[in-house]
Amino acid sequence: MIEKLADIKSKALDELSSLADFNELEVWRVRYLGKKSELTQILRGVASLSQEQRKTVGASANELRSNLEVLYSENKDALKEQAFQDVETTAKGYKDISLPGRPIPLGRLHPITQTVNEICGIFVALGFQVVEGPEVEWDYYNFEALNIPPDHPARDMWDTLWIDTESGQRPMLLRTHTSPMQIRVMEQTQPPVRVVVPGKVYRYEATDATHESMFYQLEGLAVDEYITFADLKGTLYEFAKRLFGKERRVRFRCDYFPFVEPGVEMAIDCFICGGKGCRLCSGTGWIEILGAGMVHPDVLRRVNYDPEVYTGFAFGLGLERIHMLRYGIEDIRLFYSNDLRFLRQF
Amino acid sequence: MKTPINWLREYVNITLPPHELARKLTMSGTDVGAIETIGGWENIVVGEVVAIAPHPNADRLKLATVDLGSERLTSVCGAPNVAIGQKIPFAPIGAQLLDAENGERIRLKKAKIRGVASEGMICSERELGISDHHEGIMVLPTDAPVGIHLDEYMGDSILDMDLTPNRPDLLSVIGIAREVAALTGETMTTTDTKYIEAGESIVGQASVEIHDPDLCPRYCASLITGVKIGQSPAWLEQRLLACGMRPINNVVDATNYVMLEYGQPLHAFDFDNIADRKIIVRRATNESMYTLDGVARDLSDDMLVIADGMGPIAVAGVMGGAESEVTESTTSILLESANFNAASIRRTSTRFKLRSEASLRFEKGLSPELPLPALKRATQLIAEISGGKIASGIIDIYPGNKEVDPISLTTKKVARVLGIEISYEKIVTVLESLGFQCTLIGAGELQVARPYWRTDVRLAEDLVEEIVRIIGYDELPTTLPSGALPAYIPDPFRALKMRISDILVGCGMQEVVTYSLTSIDTLQRIFPQIAPLKVANPITTEQEYLRTTLRPGLLQVLSSNEKHEENGIRLFEVDKVYFPRAGDLPEERHMLAGVLCGTRHNRSWHGESDMLDFFDAKGMLETLFEHLGLVAVFKPTDDTTLSPGSRATIMIEGENAGTLGELHPRLAEYFDISIHPIILFEIDLQILLTATTGPRQYHPIPRFPVTLRDIAVVVDAKTPAKSVQGIIEDSPLVMMVTLFDVYTGKQVSHGKKSLAFRIEYQSPSRTLTDEEVNIDQQKTLDRLSKELEATLR
Repeated sequence: MIEKLADIKSKALDELSSLADFNELEVWRVRYLGKKSELTQILRGVASLSQEQRKTVGASANELRSNLEVLYSENKDALKEQAFQDVETTAKGYKDISLPGRPIPLGRLHPITQTVNEICGIFVALGFQVVEGPEVEWDYYNFEALNIPPDHPARDMWDTLWIDTESGQRPMLLRTHTSPMQIRVMEQTQPPVRVVVPGKVYRYEATDATHESMFYQLEGLAVDEYITFADLKGTLYEFAKRLFGKERRVRFRCDYFPFVEPGVEMAIDCFICGGKGCRLCSGTGWIEILGAGMVHPDVLRRVNYDPEVYTGFAFGLGLERIHMLRYGIEDIRLFYSNDLRFLRQF
Repeated sequence: MKTPINWLREYVNITLPPHELARKLTMSGTDVGAIETIGGWENIVVGEVVAIAPHPNADRLKLATVDLGSERLTSVCGAPNVAIGQKIPFAPIGAQLLDAENGERIRLKKAKIRGVASEGMICSERELGISDHHEGIMVLPTDAPVGIHLDEYMGDSILDMDLTPNRPDLLSVIGIAREVAALTGETMTTTDTKYIEAGESIVGQASVEIHDPDLCPRYCASLITGVKIGQSPAWLEQRLLACGMRPINNVVDATNYVMLEYGQPLHAFDFDNIADRKIIVRRATNESMYTLDGVARDLSDDMLVIADGMGPIAVAGVMGGAESEVTESTTSILLESANFNAASIRRTSTRFKLRSEASLRFEKGLSPELPLPALKRATQLIAEISGGKIASGIIDIYPGNKEVDPISLTTKKVARVLGIEISYEKIVTVLESLGFQCTLIGAGELQVARPYWRTDVRLAEDLVEEIVRIIGYDELPTTLPSGALPAYIPDPFRALKMRISDILVGCGMQEVVTYSLTSIDTLQRIFPQIAPLKVANPITTEQEYLRTTLRPGLLQVLSSNEKHEENGIRLFEVDKVYFPRAGDLPEERHMLAGVLCGTRHNRSWHGESDMLDFFDAKGMLETLFEHLGLVAVFKPTDDTTLSPGSRATIMIEGENAGTLGELHPRLAEYFDISIHPIILFEIDLQILLTATTGPRQYHPIPRFPVTLRDIAVVVDAKTPAKSVQGIIEDSPLVMMVTLFDVYTGKQVSHGKKSLAFRIEYQSPSRTLTDEEVNIDQQKTLDRLSKELEATLR
């Protein structure tokens, strides 16, 4: 039995020295250490031997197994290391890495959606909620509730697309601005209010490079007990910095919208020339980006907010214009003609 | 509106350069859009014609000797109107002017005209770039100082302003001058209107009645007899032209001049053509009249007219009538200066599509205090330039005379709106500079009376704006709202839309945004049975109806892009469609639609690609639904916009959520798309929203091993694979079923197909034995055989 073990050992060592690769090592392992190997058979048979033999054979067989296991493990490590060395030294697996990769179709959001999302994100961070509203509106919400009764000259500020309705029905229109949502939000909630409303608006307007019959606006409204013009300034200044860069300056000038008082227009200093005057800012150094103001007390009264208790500010901006300014786009019609060669750039 | 700075100077001292003045006006609300410069003439001076001699060689030409102060020069002149004693603009040799023929800048060269050397040129208005007048030389006012540069004498800057509709008072030189005074700390120059009333009393010669005082709060009139109608003096014509108005005759020009100066429209009637010498201000009956533009106008009873003893002679505040128009033969003028109801004027002018200078002012709400001073000024001017005699007295009917209550303003209110304390002294200084009168009635409380021209100021907030627009918004602090956060207003559609868009973008889909308005023709191709909402005043027929489906827009985008796209096109839109509701706003339904076509993979060296097909779109939608936690069932449909055989209704929780299929070739042709196939889907987000609402719970990861079995069954080719799979999935031991092969061909009999499934058996609570799985599988096969006549292959 002992001779047999010696024989196994010598054969095993002999074969081991001539192994070429990992597979052969596995074959070797099965042959000498596997369940059906001679060595395993011997070890299994140890129990049936005499006590004397059990001691010597058992000890030798176990010793041999442990030796072979160590050898297996050492050889395995050496072969692995050899394989790693081969990766470094042979050209196996060489690829022309300048070949293009396998193309994956890339989807994108429409540029106006990207701008809506980005701007809404800024206002959400400033504590505003995003809500949307109907695009087909009653004259009441689009005009009358906003201090623009029929026959008011300010109606000229919004050329309107009217819906064909049966005679005697309340006048219905495509909203000309997102401001009707000021009324709807205030009708449905109590102060404090802080919302922004993105959405499509419509104008009876011949289209050209700077005019569209459909475009996006974003309305903002904040109403509470102590909202001041300084809060309006601060909020919009913060917005301008986050969207156009922290070095931006803002400028407010008096302007008129019937549903705010005082009313202003906000401009940012030109981010191309830094205020020196260039083509983008028509030489003025300033770029007008939005209209704003303090919510008119008559508007508050109309939604049963007491103007002696509550004040608020509102603002509205055209979103294509913002996108156009940021990317140097000169024709607004590009947005809704949806040429993929345009859409893919954003 | 255009306002020459020199005209402003008559009312206020201006020391600022024009661009600085423009900036101050713009910041305070009077938007100066452009500054035009009159002048920039080189070397052109004021001269006086001192002698005229005939040209020796030409009958039409004259030799005019012009005194320039320092020298006398002779010019060959062909103008018919040249005369001794005239002050004229003279261009000596070397001066720059505009060629009267082609308008180009030229430098005057020494030249002989028909044998006589001309030492310079007397200029026409066209040669100076002032107007198109070239019939004769330009004649300057007699007091023009000889020898001075024309630039110095009549160069000017004109402010071109975009005014806001709340400030009719700014549609006047005086109004702008008041703003300038307040912005620069100057005081207004007051001018006195004085004239001699040499004629008989107007009372007795003419009368005025107001029948509708609500539409005409005030009517003032004066009478001037013995006028001579002719051309206005040059200075007056120049001012009108500078303001963009065309001179007509001295009387009409005077009314326009005073309108530009005071902001009050006036109208001159030929007094001899006023029947019964009687003015009646009343609503029209069903009558008609010819307006000044020669158009017959049908009047209705909501319109205000000026009538005489016979009938209407003017559409009040909008346009005069042809019959009482001032003509060359007019000798007596009845001058009207009145106040009309703003809304009524706007309605009438809108109805007639007549937006005159007068109606544009009246519709904004002029002060009823304005007619009187404007009338006096115009009466004076007409008498001055047309040589008439002014009847004594003025007719002034003023039924709308109302006291205007003062406005209470507290420093606290100012602080509440602006967020900063402004001292009472500062407030008073600013308001008084704008013509308001302030009375202190308590600690920090003022009573403020508005000046008559500020009809727009009504509330304390209006006064706050006046204060801040003058001191400047830069003076205000910058803070953020400090109150509590508002109650949450959920907008579930927005959240769902954003989620869906993100998933689809991840699937390689490009979002598009298309017009909500489209043509009736495209809509009827999709939903012939639905009558969409119509726009009453569409811009084009292509944008006349509100869409009831997103499909036309997507297909149009596809059509316009397919020519220049080499690779597959995958588009989607998530937006609203509009379904009419009787007597109410339409239902604005949120939809998702998409189209896919072209090659599945972009052209590359990795190999040829198949075309995108029905199952690409279906797979994507299944991915979307899985992401949203929804189970969709696709059932056959008969949607005629899709090709038979490749069209499905998408059922979610038993509701019809939309359709998916291959575009019918008829529609592809209509939308001019040549690529094939086009896969299209449109889904109602309301159904998805309802189905995704509610709590979702996680399932523990199974701990026990899976037993895999592959089976292939042969069924009738028309049996839906989903029916076979449904039966297999029915077993409680089956965790997952994957269809991995569909085969028709020689190996199975005709009209049959083979479906191969991998079935995963798994229990959440124990390890399944082979025997259990065998029994279960046999049960499934028995059911398949019984219900679908399926055989094991």
